[in-house]
Amino acid sequence: MAFNYDNYLRVDKMPTLWCWGCGDGVILKSFIRAIDELGYNKDDMCVVSGIGCSGRFSSYIDCNTVHTTHGRTIAFATGIKLANPDKKVFCIAGDGDALAIGGNHTIHGCRRNIDLNFILINNFIYGLTNSQTSPTTPKGFWTVTMQKGNIDPTFDACKLAIAAGASFVGRESVTDPKKIEKLFIKGFQHKGFSFFDIFSNCHINLGRKNKMANAMENLDWIDSIIVSKTKFDKMSEEEREGLFPTGVLHHDENAPEYSDMYEQVRLAHQGKRKNITAADFAKKA
Amino acid sequence: MAEKIDLQEIEVWDGNYAAAQAMRQAQIDVVAAYPITPSTPIVEGYASFMADGYIDGEFVMVESEHAAMSGCVGAAAAGGRVATATSSQGFALMVEVLYQASGMRLPIVLNVANRALAAPLNVRGDHSDMYLGRDSGWVQIDAFNAQEVYDMNLCAFRVGEHHDIRLPVMVHQDGFVTSHTAQNVCPLSDDNAYKFIGEYKPMDELLDFSRPVTHGAQTEEDWHYEHKARQHKALMDARPVIESVFAEFEKVSGRKYKRVESYMVEDAEVIIVALGSTVESARLAAQQLRDEEGIKAGVVGPRVIRPFPFDAIRDALENCKAIGAMDRSCPGGALGMLFNEVSAAVYATAKRPLVTNYIYGLGGRDLAIVDIKAIFRELKANADAGKITTQIQQFIGLRGPKLGFFETREGK
Repeated sequence: MAFNYDNYLRVDKMPTLWCWGCGDGVILKSFIRAIDELGYNKDDMCVVSGIGCSGRFSSYIDCNTVHTTHGRTIAFATGIKLANPDKKVFCIAGDGDALAIGGNHTIHGCRRNIDLNFILINNFIYGLTNSQTSPTTPKGFWTVTMQKGNIDPTFDACKLAIAAGASFVGRESVTDPKKIEKLFIKGFQHKGFSFFDIFSNCHINLGRKNKMANAMENLDWIDSIIVSKTKFDKMSEEEREGLFPTGVLHHDENAPEYSDMYEQVRLAHQGKRKNITAADFAKKA
Repeated sequence: MAEKIDLQEIEVWDGNYAAAQAMRQAQIDVVAAYPITPSTPIVEGYASFMADGYIDGEFVMVESEHAAMSGCVGAAAAGGRVATATSSQGFALMVEVLYQASGMRLPIVLNVANRALAAPLNVRGDHSDMYLGRDSGWVQIDAFNAQEVYDMNLCAFRVGEHHDIRLPVMVHQDGFVTSHTAQNVCPLSDDNAYKFIGEYKPMDELLDFSRPVTHGAQTEEDWHYEHKARQHKALMDARPVIESVFAEFEKVSGRKYKRVESYMVEDAEVIIVALGSTVESARLAAQQLRDEEGIKAGVVGPRVIRPFPFDAIRDALENCKAIGAMDRSCPGGALGMLFNEVSAAVYATAKRPLVTNYIYGLGGRDLAIVDIKAIFRELKANADAGKITTQIQQFIGLRGPKLGFFETREGK
């Protein structure tokens, strides 16, 4: 029997505002299948979204949701998680949202390793405002702000997340929804900052002037820039040029999680334990 | 040298494109910007001009509106002619830097396509962002249609860059209703527009290496007060400069602007004071009421919001009997800004007309001509009764029960 998504959706909000063939719906459905597989209670979940096409997530998912300001999902979600450490908190943001206007929050969310699940919907462009260069726009692409070709260097969001301290980092693309679902299931169960870089298509506002004006062409292009981590690891530096590895790229199960450490601070203030020292952060065997 | 565009005598532009064209003609040195609905097409249009070889200056898309205005401040301090555009949440994010720009006395032109502020998230037009920046120390000019967006942009550079003023200038237009509605616009030729604006002559610029300066240095109780007082004085002194710029603009364009635009106020008994495109709707309603019902209705639209045209507002309103001050921003537990400022101006008159406050159009809710006529009729009832017959503040066009606040002494 086909999977029934209605239990997790606000069906009165359908159809979505997303364009025909948009990858956002694929990610939304993968997200729903993952939480269904994990058996999460909707009342124990909070979905925090920012601004842009990705921001619509909080309107469509039928759980506790907050639609916040541009780039600040992690700031809002940090407050939500600290007040409710037992709840599952999810952030949804686009590449402009997460890496440009909200770049600082992304860095510090990763650094604290707070137990948030951060889904970056990476379509390489500001889609909602019609094609401005984003931090992940490939060099040489046409955008309305770089009409003779983009010169801005491109962020590798996963490298950024790993370097900043996120303890679970993975990448998949909407060309393989089942893999997104699996990555979500693994990452959602991880305690710590889980960062998902999901490549998605925007044939409307990325593709239209970059020779991939329909969804299939845009998806083919995404397929051409990804390769599994296993294969990627075996490649030479030259072969890796322009490619992004997919799968679980980083997983540290022993990194201290921020809500847990914050609880220790509370206990110390209450005189129930000694002050926190470097020994509390020593690597577990 | 950038290519010129041979413009038609009448072009069909929306407010955003009118702003982009004026920015192109001003030969700006630096535009730093970030996209946001509904002002995005201003910078998008500007980027197109750049790509097509019509602009010599620099254009950079940065990572947030905070960075956009910061980039503008840096470029202006360096001695460049600078402009950008934003709306709503972007404006809100810029606020910290708006105060930097005015405090450093840097002439930057900011186009604001007015839009509601979240939450709830809303991309439609109202004046919440305009009101948020009202004390930021910028000269603030309001354009009621696309032609005025174009004209006020040209004037904004002249006002802001005047050596007695040296202050940043905002040009407001209604999001969507003005920004996205194509209208007839009569532009100046590229040569005449630039001749009117003139070459920018910066003062105390960072790029004058023979004379190093510091912008925005820390002052505490020793000098901060003097700085802010002089900043206010510079803003107040902008009044005659704005008038002379408008007079010169009339010579080159044939279009006459005043700090306060009055329509049929000479014999008016009842007057609506409003901002943005509502001014044009109210003019139509006033004319129809005069023709159909004999109500002597008039309209006053502040063209310049800051420096507040206290004198000109008072002159325009002192002979009427009842005034409706229209605020398109949630008043947040007070009477609306326009109500408070209009009331202050008419309080100093002998006749002290009755002033009531109408909140309307939040988040893009339409205000129809029939709604404006109903307000005029209510004002007429106040004028006839010689007192306010309603609550002082009312919400217009709201679904559900009627909502009003602030009672007169009689409890009405």
